[in-house]
Amino acid sequence: MENYKIIFQDIYKSFGDKAVLQGLNLSIRRGETLVILGRSGCGKSVSLKILLGLLYPDRGKVYLDGEEITGMSEKKLVEVRKKIGMLFQGSALFDSLTVGENVAFALAEHSNRTADEIAEIVDNNLKFVEMEGTVNLMPSELSGGMKKRVALARAMAYQPEILLYDEPTTGLDPITATTINALIRKTQREYGVTSIVVTHELDSGFSVADRAAVMESGRILEIGTIAEIKGSTNEFVRTFIAGAK
Amino acid sequence: MCACLPGAREYRRSVRKNQALNDHFHWFLDFLHHVHGITEMFGRSLVLSFIKPFYLRDTIEQMYHIGVKSLSIVLMTSIFTGLVLALQFGHEMSVYGAKMYTSSVLIVSLVRELGPVIISLVVAGRVGAGITAELGSMAVTEQIDAMRALGTNPYKKLAATRFLALSIMLPLLVAIGDFCGMLGGWIVSVTTLGISTDYYWSNAIHYLFFSDIFAGLLKPFIFAMAIASISCYHGFSVTGGTKGVGEATTRSVVVSSILIFILDFLITKVTLGAV
Repeated sequence: MENYKIIFQDIYKSFGDKAVLQGLNLSIRRGETLVILGRSGCGKSVSLKILLGLLYPDRGKVYLDGEEITGMSEKKLVEVRKKIGMLFQGSALFDSLTVGENVAFALAEHSNRTADEIAEIVDNNLKFVEMEGTVNLMPSELSGGMKKRVALARAMAYQPEILLYDEPTTGLDPITATTINALIRKTQREYGVTSIVVTHELDSGFSVADRAAVMESGRILEIGTIAEIKGSTNEFVRTFIAGAK
Repeated sequence: MCACLPGAREYRRSVRKNQALNDHFHWFLDFLHHVHGITEMFGRSLVLSFIKPFYLRDTIEQMYHIGVKSLSIVLMTSIFTGLVLALQFGHEMSVYGAKMYTSSVLIVSLVRELGPVIISLVVAGRVGAGITAELGSMAVTEQIDAMRALGTNPYKKLAATRFLALSIMLPLLVAIGDFCGMLGGWIVSVTTLGISTDYYWSNAIHYLFFSDIFAGLLKPFIFAMAIASISCYHGFSVTGGTKGVGEATTRSVVVSSILIFILDFLITKVTLGAV
């Protein structure tokens, strides 16, 4: 258990009559990038939201650094969330704030840093994602790929231990998608964060993964290295890989 | 074989009956669900308004959007309400030879009743719809989730600030609107009804009691809390993309308008009973 940063234990989650997670068991090692592959609607994004405490599971437990976080109060969850950064599928930048204000949001809300210190962190983070000079732009002035990069800069502002990526390259052109994938690798390499990437895009997923897991109907069918996933004998995994190609 | 089991037929009949009851009362359960949601939003916003951190900048920004930006429509509505009321009252009362009392009737009905209700309805349409649409758009684009993920309570930052701003600004707007309505009434009284300026204002002051002003400002304060709770609740609970935002906005304005009339009746009953 000590080797694992995050553990999902027997998680069930339904929305009305629709069962989304049906016994999800998954362990993520410290410092690794785990990619969860699966079809749209199989429960990948819901798993991330449960880890962040944005959704509560109907049954099961989630552990972070060995501490159970399911059932925690909203106040305690705030502390947990400070350890986690999330890149949302649609970037979810606050459209009434500038790029700089978006990146500075968590720092301005929760830290005692001065305005100059915050501005320095914002500049550094924007430089890291190659978005210098955009501090005063509004999100509506950015392209899809630029929004993703700003969202990554915002997610990293509090220097989280864990980064969650929800479909980071969906809807992007191949060149921009490659840039985002390179950024995910760079973040993992330079900051040593534990990352979970959920995607239905096989090439994109394999290009950033240390390990990969294939999910279907709310549970993990196969987990292992890229070679192990590619060599899987599970019928669904084989069909999924063949279909994605 | 299963159908022959003792009680099986009764069981199936009871299941069918329960299903029919569920279908029949679905709207009622839905109604209760919304009432619970709005009440919860009211309680949450009220409590969070008094708990740190106080988002002073956000609250002032909302006060500007809700109050200052609503001024023009409130002024226009109030002046024309005053103009029309003076014409109607003047015409009807002249039949009974009581034209001179037009100003007193006009001003009391404006301050106690028409000012608070009409201006609150206008604000529910302009501001309430805006709040639901803005929060609804944030909900469907995951901005509210992102705010929670960044460790900020969206009910505090988004709902409580709007709740507080509306509760402060609506009574102020009503006070300004009442005065503009009186001005409208004065214009018609002087130009059409032949009532002198001195008589109009002295009569107005003579017949306007503290209880009228109190009831006239208590109403918009309570209406403001209702409008804010309803519009924030509908904004936060939007699902289904842009179509959902549109539906929630319409529902928010309809529910706010109906509740304003219900609350108006109850407050009038209580305040008149207390006099």
